[in-house]
Amino acid sequence: MDTVILISQVIMSLALILSFVRVVRGPSLPDRVVALELFSTTVVGLVGVYAIKTNVPIFLDAAIVIALMGFLAAIGFARFLERGGPRDD
Amino acid sequence: MIDFLKGALVIAGALFMLLASLGLLRLPDLLTRMHATTKAATLGVILIMLAAAMHFAEPSIIARAFAIIVFILMTAPVAAHVIGRAGYFVGSKLWSGTVKDELRPNYDPLTHELKSGMETQENAKRQPRETDPD
Repeated sequence: MDTVILISQVIMSLALILSFVRVVRGPSLPDRVVALELFSTTVVGLVGVYAIKTNVPIFLDAAIVIALMGFLAAIGFARFLERGGPRDD
Repeated sequence: MIDFLKGALVIAGALFMLLASLGLLRLPDLLTRMHATTKAATLGVILIMLAAAMHFAEPSIIARAFAIIVFILMTAPVAAHVIGRAGYFVGSKLWSGTVKDELRPNYDPLTHELKSGMETQENAKRQPRETDPD
């Protein structure tokens, strides 16, 4: 089981790196917001796997909070974008 | 048996997340990127939380895992809708191979006015109401 956990952690770290490339490259602000949302979802998955690895179920509460934060951040960014009007980045 | 199932669920979830980030990196415009990330990443989290529920196998923990699943299932479409709407409003460019954009002829990005596409000169006129401020 430990090897399986390790492999899945490596895969999810790779996913984090790939989505971070999209955060850096842009090209526009909505793309970055989408990438950050994927970031928070992947972190929820990582925390769940870590809870399985260490056998500590309290980590699932942290996963709930991270998911909530990601959702609120996405909503806030979208409101901010809509207020700003058309942009050409 | 349950160990094997757990391992398969964790690996499948991680692979779906990798798939989502690959789609985010490779697809050409905002809406196609969103279509890749929202569904695949949600499925990945669901599979991993199912594995966690099987691992702990206590009613309170299973309830918590299912709470995460329900929460993700309810918030992911809302967030995707709001970001896609904001992206269209701020004028993010669509892919050059886009076949149809139904909003383009009917929507005015400056005044946020949306036409139904069935208006005549007569019923497009503005009717004053009693509740209007002067």
